[in-house]
Amino acid sequence: MEIFLQQIINGLVQGSVYALVALGYTMVYGILGLINFAHGEVVMVGAMLALSALTAMLGWGAPPLLALPISLILAMLGCMVLGYGIERIAYRPLRHAPRLAPLITAIGVSIVLQNLAMMIWGRQYHAFPQLVANQPHLIGGAIINDIQIIIFILALAIMAGLIVVVHRTRLGRAMRAVAENQHAAQLMGVDINRVISITFMLGSALAAIAGVMVSANYGLAHYYMGFLLGLKAFTAAVLGGIGNLRGAMLGGLLLGLIESLGAGYIGDMTGGFLGSHYQDVFAFFVLIAVLVFRPSGLLGERIAERA
Amino acid sequence: MPFHSVRPLLFAVLALSLAACGKSSSDRAAASGDLVVRIGAAAPLTGNQAHIGKDNESGTRMAIDDANAKGIVIGGRKVHFELISEDDQADPKTATIVAQKLVDNKVSGIIGHLNSGTTIPASKIYSDNGIVQISPSATAVNYTAQGFKTAFRVMANDAQQGRVLGEYAAKNLGAKKIAVIDDRTAYGQGLADEFIKAAQANGAQIVAHEYTSDKAVDFTAVLTAVKGKQPDLLFYGGMDPQAGPMAKQIKALVLNLKFMMGDGGYTPEFIKLASDAAEGAYASLPGVPLAKMPGGKEFETRFVAKYQPIQLYAPYCYDAVNVMIAAMQKADSVEPAKYLPALANISYDGVTAKIRFDEKGDLKGGAITLYQVQKGKWQPLETLGASAAVAH
Amino acid sequence: MLGYAMKLLTQPTRFAFWLLLGALLLLPFVTDALLGRGWVRIADFAMLYIMLALGLNIVVGLAGLLDLGYIAFFAVGAYCYALTGSPHLALAFPSLFPGGVHLPFWIVLPLAALVAGGFGVLLGAPTLRLRGDYLAIVTLGFGEIIRIFLNNLNAPFNLTNGPQGISRIDPIKVADVSLNASQEIFGITLPSVHLYFYLFLAFTALVIFVSQRLEKSRIGRAWMAIREDEIAASAMGINTRNLKLLAFAMGAMFGGVSGTLFAGFQGFVSPESFSLMESIMVLCMVVLGGMGNIAGVILGGVLLALLPEVLRHSVVPLQQALFGKTIVDPESLRMLLFGGALIAMMLYRPAGLWPSRVRRRELDTDEAAETV
Repeated sequence: MEIFLQQIINGLVQGSVYALVALGYTMVYGILGLINFAHGEVVMVGAMLALSALTAMLGWGAPPLLALPISLILAMLGCMVLGYGIERIAYRPLRHAPRLAPLITAIGVSIVLQNLAMMIWGRQYHAFPQLVANQPHLIGGAIINDIQIIIFILALAIMAGLIVVVHRTRLGRAMRAVAENQHAAQLMGVDINRVISITFMLGSALAAIAGVMVSANYGLAHYYMGFLLGLKAFTAAVLGGIGNLRGAMLGGLLLGLIESLGAGYIGDMTGGFLGSHYQDVFAFFVLIAVLVFRPSGLLGERIAERA
Repeated sequence: MPFHSVRPLLFAVLALSLAACGKSSSDRAAASGDLVVRIGAAAPLTGNQAHIGKDNESGTRMAIDDANAKGIVIGGRKVHFELISEDDQADPKTATIVAQKLVDNKVSGIIGHLNSGTTIPASKIYSDNGIVQISPSATAVNYTAQGFKTAFRVMANDAQQGRVLGEYAAKNLGAKKIAVIDDRTAYGQGLADEFIKAAQANGAQIVAHEYTSDKAVDFTAVLTAVKGKQPDLLFYGGMDPQAGPMAKQIKALVLNLKFMMGDGGYTPEFIKLASDAAEGAYASLPGVPLAKMPGGKEFETRFVAKYQPIQLYAPYCYDAVNVMIAAMQKADSVEPAKYLPALANISYDGVTAKIRFDEKGDLKGGAITLYQVQKGKWQPLETLGASAAVAH
Repeated sequence: MLGYAMKLLTQPTRFAFWLLLGALLLLPFVTDALLGRGWVRIADFAMLYIMLALGLNIVVGLAGLLDLGYIAFFAVGAYCYALTGSPHLALAFPSLFPGGVHLPFWIVLPLAALVAGGFGVLLGAPTLRLRGDYLAIVTLGFGEIIRIFLNNLNAPFNLTNGPQGISRIDPIKVADVSLNASQEIFGITLPSVHLYFYLFLAFTALVIFVSQRLEKSRIGRAWMAIREDEIAASAMGINTRNLKLLAFAMGAMFGGVSGTLFAGFQGFVSPESFSLMESIMVLCMVVLGGMGNIAGVILGGVLLALLPEVLRHSVVPLQQALFGKTIVDPESLRMLLFGGALIAMMLYRPAGLWPSRVRRRELDTDEAAETV
């Protein structure tokens, strides 16, 4: 029973990480109908920037409790600039091009960011300093620690915050208008370029938070960390219904649970025929199944309807 | 519209001009009428494993510089050894291209490649051209099992190392219930499978075999599954970037067990990534600790002074070159066909071990040393396996 | 085939054709003499990539379906030959295959093409309804699933030998002559890499020919119609479902053929040769060269297959000379160039380096009438 509970916790923690990243995907998709393939790399850049800032500040003798929030803010700012730049250079000129074009530039951006990061921060795995005591807690025999609880709460809080932004603010109304119909929104006086830029910056800031949380949780940062994470998070977003903020959260948690329970139990269930080596396959099978049987995802309704 | 493919020609011309400027640098050594002997080396010098590949290259280069300084005479002529180092990018396809290039350059012998996945396809080309190949680090059993007379290695293979590790886990550490995780790479899976066989043969029970990948960071699901089976020992077949975080997560999930790895975990990186969770972990490295070998300490001091701290396989490369040259001296020839029999029967005292080859080209009686992290440093525990591996 | 091809050509192009054929036949000797045999091997690989790129061109360039898992079909072809042409099955299942399978290459080749085509349909069928971006991610997942299965199917029964890969694959034989050893013909010694060069050249020519006929056929025009506007195409009476499946199957078959040749040439296959990066490489070839244009795709294939080698020989010495050490390694530079090129191409030259003439003509003159 403890083991089962532990697997649930593992799944929820992993799922919250997916959800954090998936929220960024879903934001951009909801507005533009574009898969920002480079989102995972922005997550990685966020983690790397925070790591550099943190190491520098600790080197100057700054107290850890001060250095952590400052480096997080620096990483968010850096990623916002990056997100703005990506949109300006790679996506905006192609807004009316065939669908294939922005998709290919997105892959291009992803490759460029990965290799630039490799040149700047090197190929090695960096140990991410553990600054705050990471206390473990026991829940019915299963273990969860502080950072994991923070990740879970943060994912929920960010989702709630985004829902408020999208549904209760002027900016949110403009976002929904752009998502509904760009031309009509423009005619109504919405500066669509500004709205789209802000969306990208918001998404990138979220990516930076996600990157820092992931690195803090695993104590690790690496130039390749964003790619697979981005892919899984995208799967999560699709699973929940892409473009839907609650869907991203639900999809993330579900995917996390599927992976951890799958890896934990499928070996025993199939008598060793399938095992944890098929962990990544589960994610992709789920993705294909969802797209085939319910392309709009579990929570089909979107904040932003767009064909 | 087939005439469009005129482009290859154009490219050949472009490539020619580039290659022309590349070639001029490699031909300068033969100034004084010495017999120039080319030794090829292949390892990933770019990409993810570049640091280990460079380490290999440095080890090889140092051995060649040493040999040139000694002024070796073969067949009545003073020999000048020349290193031709190629980058195989750890990619099987590139490895065969590089192998072909080395063959083109008329090398007398090859030190390489680094990975099993590149060593195996390349070995076919060396064998077809009758060139002796000594791999310093490829551990897949397959490499020497292909029946190529030209294929040798100065590193214990997965079977030899896995056998010693499995025996040590079951006998010396007294593990009754063992769990295994491997990273599904040729190295990790090969080693884990041999470990399992040996552990079972020595009376231990394998209670779980879980898997991860060489890109994973989260191991909580598989570790929790392992925890449910309550093993006394967990063996991980894989490299340090995963082993480090894994050790951390073992600690976080409070798995009370001994953590054991092969040579992929025996690095300073592991300790850095796992921080305090590294304490007490076991790992192995083929060969005898450098400090205990005649000339070993001296090699390490000189190597570190000249290049950088040893990453992993530099001493094996150093030995590989030296054993090759020793065979050339014994046969009094640099022709691969002539010195190959001498190499097959050689007995040479290297810095990693006493090197003798069995009929397949594997290391005979390869010793394997076990290490443990104690107070944040790898400390040698004991050296084993010299007798067990002979039977192979 | 040659005679038929000749009929299609006008007098001056026929002359150019013979000139090119002569040049290509001499190419391995010239390369060997000037640069060494390693470069002949590079040319061999370049042709395998051209075949792959032409196959992907059918799916992406003609039918407009973005496939990010294309290398899976290459893998399927390679493993088909690896399993049937090596001692692996005999070792893994001694009771089922006591003496090993060792099917001749020429029997495996069409079989492998069919199996790969079958996998193409397998991928195509569930994804028919999906739009560009969803399709991209599902095909990516499909490619990874194939690789993961190849990597893991060494237990409970040892089908693929897992991460260790399959070695000792039989060399390709043409009329009982093994291409793995030097052969003497008319007093000229042909080394193994040269023999493979001519074999791959013949296959590349065949693939080019088939691609070209497909493009000009009703099927090809229907694919382009689907690419431009799927709804309009189906309104014109085109069976979009079958044609999309056919595009996947045809593309996959080309990949399968190339993979089979690869396995015979290398003598060793392991799952690490079929990573996602390879899929993206092939996609780059198609996009950079010019989607939908055969000549452009060939150009893209040649460029990208040679680029890593050229960079390796130019970037490192250049940096050594300038800075005394290697700051940017050629591998990252290559990837950086790819990424940058993908972005720049889409922004400034979306039709590729060598755009399709038909497409340009369509865009120039009666756009509305032709593209639908």
